[in-house]
Amino acid sequence: MKEDVKVKVLIPLLIFIIFLCSRLHGRYHELAPHLVPMDYTNEPDVKIPLALIVSMPELNENPFRNRIVESFSEDGAGNLSFNDFVDMFSVLSETAPRELKAIYAFKIYDFNVDNFLCKEDLEKTLNKLTREELSPEEVTLVCEKAIEEADLDGDSKLSFADFENMITRAPDFLR
Amino acid sequence: DTDSNTDSEEESMSEGEMERLKEEVEEKKKVIAIMRNKPWRMKRRLVHLKECQEFVDKFEGALGKGKGRKFYAYKVMMMKKWIKFQRDFENFKTTCIPWERKIKEVESHFGSSVASYFIFLRWMYGMNMVLFGLTFGLVVIPEVLMGLPYGSIPRKTVPRAEQPTAQDYSVLMDFNGYCKYSVLFYGYYNNQRTIGLLKFRLPLSYLMVGVGTFGYSLMVVIRTMAKNADVGGGDGDDGEFTFAWKMFTSWDYLIGNAETADNKYASITTSFKESIVDEQENQKDENIHLRRFLRVLANVMIICCLGGSGYLIFFVVKRSQEFANRDDLSWYEKNELELIMSLLGLVCPPLFETIAELEEYHPRIALKWQLGRIFALFLGNLYTFLFALFDEVNNKLEEEVSIRNASIWALKEYYANFTLYNNDTDTTPPPMDPSDVIRGPCWETAVGIEFVKLTVSDIQVTYLTILIGDFARAVIVRFLNYCWCWDLEATYPSYGEFDISGNVLGLVFNQGMIWMGAFYAPGLVGINVLRLLSSMYYQCWAVMATNVPHERVFKASKSNNFYMGLLLLILFLSLLPVVYTIMTLPPSFDCGPFSGKAKMFDVIMETIDLDLPAFLGTLMGYAANPGLIIPAVLLMVLAIYYLNSVSEAYQHANAELKKKMQMARDEEKNRRNNTESTDQVMKDLEDLLPNRSLLPPAPPPETDNKADQGGKPTKVRPGTAGKDVNLQKDVSLSSPNPNARGAVTRPPGPRGPGPLPGNGQQGPGGGPGRGRGRGQPPPRR
Repeated sequence: MKEDVKVKVLIPLLIFIIFLCSRLHGRYHELAPHLVPMDYTNEPDVKIPLALIVSMPELNENPFRNRIVESFSEDGAGNLSFNDFVDMFSVLSETAPRELKAIYAFKIYDFNVDNFLCKEDLEKTLNKLTREELSPEEVTLVCEKAIEEADLDGDSKLSFADFENMITRAPDFLR
Repeated sequence: DTDSNTDSEEESMSEGEMERLKEEVEEKKKVIAIMRNKPWRMKRRLVHLKECQEFVDKFEGALGKGKGRKFYAYKVMMMKKWIKFQRDFENFKTTCIPWERKIKEVESHFGSSVASYFIFLRWMYGMNMVLFGLTFGLVVIPEVLMGLPYGSIPRKTVPRAEQPTAQDYSVLMDFNGYCKYSVLFYGYYNNQRTIGLLKFRLPLSYLMVGVGTFGYSLMVVIRTMAKNADVGGGDGDDGEFTFAWKMFTSWDYLIGNAETADNKYASITTSFKESIVDEQENQKDENIHLRRFLRVLANVMIICCLGGSGYLIFFVVKRSQEFANRDDLSWYEKNELELIMSLLGLVCPPLFETIAELEEYHPRIALKWQLGRIFALFLGNLYTFLFALFDEVNNKLEEEVSIRNASIWALKEYYANFTLYNNDTDTTPPPMDPSDVIRGPCWETAVGIEFVKLTVSDIQVTYLTILIGDFARAVIVRFLNYCWCWDLEATYPSYGEFDISGNVLGLVFNQGMIWMGAFYAPGLVGINVLRLLSSMYYQCWAVMATNVPHERVFKASKSNNFYMGLLLLILFLSLLPVVYTIMTLPPSFDCGPFSGKAKMFDVIMETIDLDLPAFLGTLMGYAANPGLIIPAVLLMVLAIYYLNSVSEAYQHANAELKKKMQMARDEEKNRRNNTESTDQVMKDLEDLLPNRSLLPPAPPPETDNKADQGGKPTKVRPGTAGKDVNLQKDVSLSSPNPNARGAVTRPPGPRGPGPLPGNGQQGPGGGPGRGRGRGQPPPRR
């Protein structure tokens, strides 16, 4: 019985990866046809720069597109290899588990990459969301309130534990 | 010999190692299972996966032993194939969901709330398809295939008086003429107990399908509500995390279109501003009396409107009854009732919205009030309509008595004439020509016709509204803009927004009418299926071509159960009239599958008596005994009470747990925030301890101590001392102290001789020992 369960778990994961890979590879290839080879058996080391990836229609309108791509890239500057590309879309998909999404959401909103969401990070997030339509006092008020609501350890910035605690209760999080 | 030896060796070895292998395999299995949840890079994941898979493959076969090995491997292979097949089938099923791409397109342009209307529409379509299948398969098709054809019996023939006009378009549009005497309506069905070779019991099937329609709809609606409740988890904590959630979860990651994105930005901004205003408004309280007065006034006005509309409908229905007796009716007079009802549905909601502006509610609450009022409007209208209809039915029933006598008399006359003219008393006279038989008023068909007319006019009004209200408006705004003084597109009238709530309510009420009318007009379900199908395409086109995204997007997720709740309510309300008629009103004597019986449900009695074995009949007889039914009802009431109290207990427990969690959170927060004050207490305690610095210069060990402690500047900061880390550092740093023994023997505080406690000379951070078993505190003047 244990063996059966093993098989049940393993095969769907593999098939999922293979199925997804072939479709995604097409999309990856069309972003930079001259850079990306169609044949990956030699595991070439190809990376597509940030500017090309954020031009994808799915990401183009997203205010956090730069941060999203940066947080999935190995070098932190937004150059994605195919593995990173697949990673990104698998986390963004509807089937990704909530915890995983929470982890990556934290990374995306952390603009200064210090593993904390400090006030400046929140202000940047808010300005990107509202395209700077709110007045500075309003921005400050909102950021303060957000930190006040979610901060558990009282250091006036949000650690991952605070963020996760807050986000897993949100009804709208999965989108 | 050696073979058996090696065999047994192998076996014993594998038995011994079996456990270890199994454990390792278990571990690998666990790793694979949680791999999806780990935020690893793809490369790492793939490497691990390959490793685990190789391991698993290698030892998988080895774990099966001896003769069973081959079979075991075969079983594993079949299992793999089966799982692959299941996976493919799942994928195939996903691609079969109708209109998925269309809805996704709408979603990416207009957000998830507009798309939720189309998802609701698709769900309704599915339910109606099933109802259609039931009705057509079990009622209409048997009658058409196995029953008597058109023209053979009176109920299936157009009466001679009406025949010249039976094919006129205007007559057909009214569902008279050939329409009336077709499978669409109740009156067509014959009351033969069994029809055809298969002895299909049509009347029983008709009744069962009627009841089954409601049963199925009820089951499906409740199942969907339960599923939604699971996912949504109720209202959640509204007060908690308002701003944090707004900041991190308000962006809809599925938006791929620039215009929608623009609107989303605007709506997010507005929502933030709103919350800020809410936050500020919580403090101040305006003139509450004025607000209350205005709200009461608004409610009074709206109740007047509702009452007025109810009376108007009643009046129009009475007039239509008078019209029924006349023949020279203009088009307006014939369709007055339906027109008025549709017009009311169009005019009143905007009126309610304007009046509601007096109330100054928060927009979400105002929306709920609005929906509630429109609901009341439609309900009131529908019930007034029904009561008027029942008036008519009663009239027809009275008429029927006299007509029945007249028709029997006419038949006798016909036979008498026949024998008179043929002088032959032996031959049986041929039956009277069906179109000559005097026909009863057939109230069920009349009711069915009313419902069908109402549905059709509703469809027409909806489609026309979209065409004129949205399409014509868009065309005018677009093309007239070139030569108009003000900017038509940006200000009034601009392009229309998709009215989600109005459309959903319209859909819900339409379904209510279908449920009510389906028993009297089996064809109504088919008409509805066609309507929903065309509506899907038409409205998708209209939305994409003529509407602009909303300025404020209302969240789809929480309100889904609200619409389902409305649907459930309508289902119950539409169940009542049908059940009432089945139970109390006598069926018409000459039309429909129940003609000739005293009550419609007599069919069931008949079936039990004639078709089922005798003991079942006696069993049912016992079951129908009030002595059995009343205890059963009591039992159900008790069960409901028990379940209710259990659920209340769970809710209570939930609330307690939430409170506990909240308390734990607050405690955490306070613990961190109050390190200053606890530190203050610590500092005070230190002040009370003897001042070691006033001692004579200490022997080397102590200076060593002092030097050691001098090298630890970190621990004196009162604020940072709150971190556990630093305090622990103190403790651990004390071990390399050469005078460890000395330091350790003074755990709580310096016990040695020294100046009296209370010496405040050391300053804020000083104080001997600091309760940590130190020697000399570092110098802090």
